[in-house]
Amino acid sequence: MSVMKRNWNSIPEFYPRFDLELCDYRNGCNECARECTFGEISLQPVKGDDGVLSYRPRANHEACNACQRCVKMCPQKAITIIHQPMHSSHHYWTAEQIGNIWRQAKSEGGVLLTGSGATGPQRRYFDHILFDACQVTNPSIDPLREPMEIRRYLGSKPDHYGGDMGPQLRLDVPIMFGAMSFGALNLRVHEAEAIATHAEGTFWNTGEGGFHEKLRGYGANTIVQVASGRFGVSEDYLKSAAAVEIKIGQGAKPGIGGHLPGEKVFEGVSRTRMIPEGSDALSPAPHHDIYSIEDLRQLIFAIKEATDYRVPVSVKISAVHNVAPIVSGVARAGADIIAIDGFRGGTGATPLQIRQNTGIPIELAISAADMRLKEEGIRDRVSLVASGGIQSSADVLKAICLGADAVYVATAVLIALGCNMCQRCFTGMCPYGITTNRPGLAERIDVDEAAQALKNLLSAWAEEIKELMGSMGISAIEALRGNRDRLRGVALNTEELNILGIRHAGA
Amino acid sequence: MCGIVGIINTDGSLIDGDAIKEAIRIQNERGNGLGGGFAVYGAYPEHRDKYAFHIMYEGDRTSPAIPRVEEFLRTRANVYQSEQIPVYPNRRIPSGPHMKRYFLKPLEEFLAPEQTEEDYVIDIVMTINAMEGVFVVSSGKNLGVFKGMGFPEDIGDYFRIEDYKGYMWTAHNRFPTNTQGWWGGAHPFTILDKAVVHNGEITSYGANARWLEMFGYYCLLRTDTEVISYIYDKLSRRDGLGEEDACSVMAPPLWDDIDRTGNEKMRYLRQIYGSSIVNGPFGIVLTHSDGAIVLNDRNKLRPVVCAQAGATFFASSEECSIRLLSPEVDRIWSPRGGEPVIVHLDREGAPGVTS
Repeated sequence: MSVMKRNWNSIPEFYPRFDLELCDYRNGCNECARECTFGEISLQPVKGDDGVLSYRPRANHEACNACQRCVKMCPQKAITIIHQPMHSSHHYWTAEQIGNIWRQAKSEGGVLLTGSGATGPQRRYFDHILFDACQVTNPSIDPLREPMEIRRYLGSKPDHYGGDMGPQLRLDVPIMFGAMSFGALNLRVHEAEAIATHAEGTFWNTGEGGFHEKLRGYGANTIVQVASGRFGVSEDYLKSAAAVEIKIGQGAKPGIGGHLPGEKVFEGVSRTRMIPEGSDALSPAPHHDIYSIEDLRQLIFAIKEATDYRVPVSVKISAVHNVAPIVSGVARAGADIIAIDGFRGGTGATPLQIRQNTGIPIELAISAADMRLKEEGIRDRVSLVASGGIQSSADVLKAICLGADAVYVATAVLIALGCNMCQRCFTGMCPYGITTNRPGLAERIDVDEAAQALKNLLSAWAEEIKELMGSMGISAIEALRGNRDRLRGVALNTEELNILGIRHAGA
Repeated sequence: MCGIVGIINTDGSLIDGDAIKEAIRIQNERGNGLGGGFAVYGAYPEHRDKYAFHIMYEGDRTSPAIPRVEEFLRTRANVYQSEQIPVYPNRRIPSGPHMKRYFLKPLEEFLAPEQTEEDYVIDIVMTINAMEGVFVVSSGKNLGVFKGMGFPEDIGDYFRIEDYKGYMWTAHNRFPTNTQGWWGGAHPFTILDKAVVHNGEITSYGANARWLEMFGYYCLLRTDTEVISYIYDKLSRRDGLGEEDACSVMAPPLWDDIDRTGNEKMRYLRQIYGSSIVNGPFGIVLTHSDGAIVLNDRNKLRPVVCAQAGATFFASSEECSIRLLSPEVDRIWSPRGGEPVIVHLDREGAPGVTS
């Protein structure tokens, strides 16, 4: 008798449970199985009392990611996702750590991959920062009755009257959509981003996967990226946009490159990236022509030459320990805008250990960078854009008070389109049709609906920002940039307060 | 809430401090006895070519800061005269910090290459302000500032301001709301020949103060108003902006209006000087040796009334002060929010007021 091999280390942490009283399978409904992209739901033939054969949904206990797609799409609301703890609870050995080791011990082994941003327990400083408000001694301003200005201009500016002004980006809301490439996302999502930013007077960023021909008409609201893989980069590409961004690093994976698996390189992606269909798109960790700051300077000016000095050049770096001197160097190397991506920043695919353990929080990074540029007297020479884990309009405004000129948001964009944060973007099987180019899945995004959702997000956050400003007695957002006096910290130690440049609540 | 009064004799004729003391006294409702002060232009005609430093030392004549500051001044400037500022303690203000004034000229050989004399003087002021227990109250030529803890008329008595004569006076009655009342926190706030009296609260202070540090201005007086005098000095003297442009930097027109009028110069100014926008409610009288500027925040959240009677221009938080000074006036009006009233001294028979 052979011993049955039990798969003790499989990781079905979640599975769907079907309420078969409610389920409409007898009438041929199989919506859940069609919606599930991870192969968790199979259809099991069953013969009813009347002898009629029908197909009943069944959990495979193999691949559920709790994306909740089946739950939301089930016409009968007959599905619940069950969270099944796979081990006894332990304060030190958490479910996540145990699961990671099991996963690596199994044949799938190797480097653990994941999507989205860091999920670790590190402090979210935004939650320890509170705004001031007017009481008695100065009147709040009602944004519904009085003008409330949130426009920003990004680009290099002189620090005195008569100095030369660099090219500027005008933002009617201080929020841009951060870099997410075509390939990681599909064209429908890019189109929705383009439509929404055009309507609301701000910018979206193509990421490093090129700028699809179909969307070139939105160039005035587009920032194109030049990353280490140089995908899709041509003179036309550089000239097609309102700004060019050199991507050095990304908060979710500082110091390492990118990898778009060949499975995601379909025809349109192939043409836009200028690589063969089905081939892996590898972005090396460093730019192979940038091994130090002087090389970056050459690339900045090569791009400025190629674009006739008509558009600002941005440099995106991840927030790392030495962010302040790096930012100073990049400013002196000629960047017009510096985007700093904190360690909570998202991604389509990253090694788990890098995502969880590398980089620093954006709140500390943006503050340190702003202070350093001021100490060196060159703050006006660049604009600073903060990103990486910004979850709300309040976070936007706190980042501005800590020294940012504007912010990028990206994960929030995906969430606005339905993303459930299941963190399986790298599989290319996104059940919401966002991080996939697979025919049949990408169509789950309706461009008009998606664009409307993003417009709604921008205008809602803009309104909230105006309300917050009004309560602080501020009527023009430039009066808040780096205005740490309008912030107080709660439960932060002296060192943290010093780096943020804020005082403790009550002081 | 605070009260302010300004009197500008555009023909340069001199008046003593009695009138303004009375004019600010009747605004006592606007203060609470935690700060009062006066600025007088034309106070030291015999020293008109020298910087008049009024310096406040915490404590009495034994303050250790005194020898430290005087030693420092001697290494940086020719000090032509140094003396105690006469004070007259009374029942309401029995004592105060030790006050001295110095008439000095910078030692030219110490100027850094391309450094102007004024910037050098600012460095001296900032260095002293950063020392323990000492503050520069004023540093302008032919300008005297007298201020302290108390109602303004009592401060006026303490310094006996009726003994000074000037062609331009401002006064302030403080009701402190964001920082404690203390002698150095009373208005006017000055740098070089610029003095500001301010009613309001500057919510942009944090952005302004940190931006100013890039240019060597350090806000060390623990209250918001000083940023206005530094911003105006940076804009007007260093960057050469005219008064109107400087005002439209501090209280800028709306972006929508800039778009509508196509005023590209204004767009440029607002773009580069975003950090010197002054937000929050304010009404100010900003004086300099050649005139004065009256400015309100864009939303007009503080009262300011202006008036003209012959060659004399008045500005006040309340009309009653003006009527006290001059029951009959040629013109009296409330300037609109964000629209400056600019007063020039009538140096060569030129007209005085533009608004």
